[in-house]
Amino acid sequence: MKGRKGKKRRKEQKGLSRYEIRLGGSGGQGIITAARIFAEAVSEHTRKFVCQSQSYGPEARGGASKAEIVISEEPIDYPKATKPDLLLAMNQAACDTYFSDLKSEGILVVDSSLVDQVPTSRSIGIPFTEIARKEVGKELVANMVALGALTCLTKAVSPKGVEKILLAKVPKGTVEMNRKAFRAGISAVKKLGDLDLPKPEEVEEEL
Amino acid sequence: MSKKKSANRYFLQGNEAVVEGALTAGCTFFAGYPITPASEISEILSERLPQVGGTFIQMEDEIASMGAIIGASLAGAKSMTATSGPGFSLMQENLGFACIAEVPCVIVNVMRGGPSTGLPTNPAQGDVMQARWGTHGDHPIVVLATSTVQDSFELTIKAFNFAEKYRTPVVLLSDEVVAHTRETVELPPREEIHIIDRIAPSMPPEWYIPFEDNSRGVPPMAAFGDGYRYHVTGLVHDVRGFPTQRPDEIEAFMKRLFRKITQGFNEIQMTKDFMIDDAKVAVIAYGSVARSAKRAVLDARDRGVKAGLLQLVTLFPFPRMKVEEVLRQCRAVLVPELNMGQISREVSRVNQGKCQVRKLNRLDGGLITPEQIMYELLKI
Repeated sequence: MKGRKGKKRRKEQKGLSRYEIRLGGSGGQGIITAARIFAEAVSEHTRKFVCQSQSYGPEARGGASKAEIVISEEPIDYPKATKPDLLLAMNQAACDTYFSDLKSEGILVVDSSLVDQVPTSRSIGIPFTEIARKEVGKELVANMVALGALTCLTKAVSPKGVEKILLAKVPKGTVEMNRKAFRAGISAVKKLGDLDLPKPEEVEEEL
Repeated sequence: MSKKKSANRYFLQGNEAVVEGALTAGCTFFAGYPITPASEISEILSERLPQVGGTFIQMEDEIASMGAIIGASLAGAKSMTATSGPGFSLMQENLGFACIAEVPCVIVNVMRGGPSTGLPTNPAQGDVMQARWGTHGDHPIVVLATSTVQDSFELTIKAFNFAEKYRTPVVLLSDEVVAHTRETVELPPREEIHIIDRIAPSMPPEWYIPFEDNSRGVPPMAAFGDGYRYHVTGLVHDVRGFPTQRPDEIEAFMKRLFRKITQGFNEIQMTKDFMIDDAKVAVIAYGSVARSAKRAVLDARDRGVKAGLLQLVTLFPFPRMKVEEVLRQCRAVLVPELNMGQISREVSRVNQGKCQVRKLNRLDGGLITPEQIMYELLKI
């Protein structure tokens, strides 16, 4: 009896009910912060289960940094991403290291200001760092530009929901800067036009 | 599967859940020294404890931290410290003092790669035997292992409850993955949580015999300053707390230390099982690896292997009864660990030839993946 129940569970999981995102870059780029805000927004504003984990070196800056988000309809067992549906690479090293893990129909998003060589023509290149520098005036917020793009691409949670969490999490005095960066990321994706992407179910608006 | 959104839904990190659990259990004293990956526990408690009238002290090192929580507990506070492998080593001497003086306290060890400074930001499970046998001398100890954020909350409360009920230090083993993973949790309402406080003496101070045996083997504990004057020492002591050399008193004392934990086996030895009823092969896992194992069991069942999972929540006293049941039922068990085989050795010890015990060890700083476990399950 239990076995049959298990098979049913697995079928549910094989659908889009488990959605995995991986963000990679170098320490200090704020990748984990971006992942944390995104995951918290999904947890707060939808009914889905979400699990965010991370991996980084002992250095304060530099070294490889990775953050992963798993979104699921049911409680999450394995907390890490095995076959990401979306990979966001904030530098060349992350792109090279993690591309092979990406699902065949998965989306690769790269910071085109830092990644010169993309392994596939099906990638989406957005110059996060350049946008942060030119439009906000600080490269520091490239992660928030990326967060904006991530929100727009996955459609797992509404941009409003993410922005609310974002504004509550960032230090006082940097709110405007972060908001601007986040919105710049959203409009950068909108400029790309119709992308026809696979996405995790409908967005639940609860704001 | 969509469920009603409840007000008790939070998005927490394992370390944050430990803090919430500790505060819910009534912890009012924390002394510690920051160390990755346990620092968040200190960081958050330094803010939260003063808000509830508690005390937070950042000590000069982990030796002193352990000393401070023992002192606070003797003065009546529920106390805790949190550290990782290197700090846990420094705590061992005083941990023995807490065992022999029967001082309730909770030590959270968020395991990282070792030995020494090792891999500060990577998960490992190398401190299992240190938790059991790290301090010198023959002693009983309670060691729990958390595997999810939800667990971290619930087991921290359990750790305090066991510490108070049995007057013993309790070690809660977490690891980097559990500690730093953030996830959606539902915390039960406060009134549904059972909190245990130590039993205070009910007799007048002049009648109080601080270490006198009773049916539970756990003497009532007076707080320093309550008017019950008694002697606390790391030497083996008689019922009044003074050092003794008399063999009859020594034996009675040591036996009571063990007996009080043995009598609580039913409650203390906690396990969780998953699809174990009809299992022919089983995974015995704990900590973050149990999460990979759960997924691996589902994957293996998809491939026609009757797999199951026995998750050890309590590592010591080793939940022998439950493990033996699984060993009798299955033709093989797999023990995946982030060390060279510390619990698998315990499993082999109780196995006594009942079935095949296989190890799966990972030491490269990564978490064992469900695929690794599943392929082993297909092979055995």
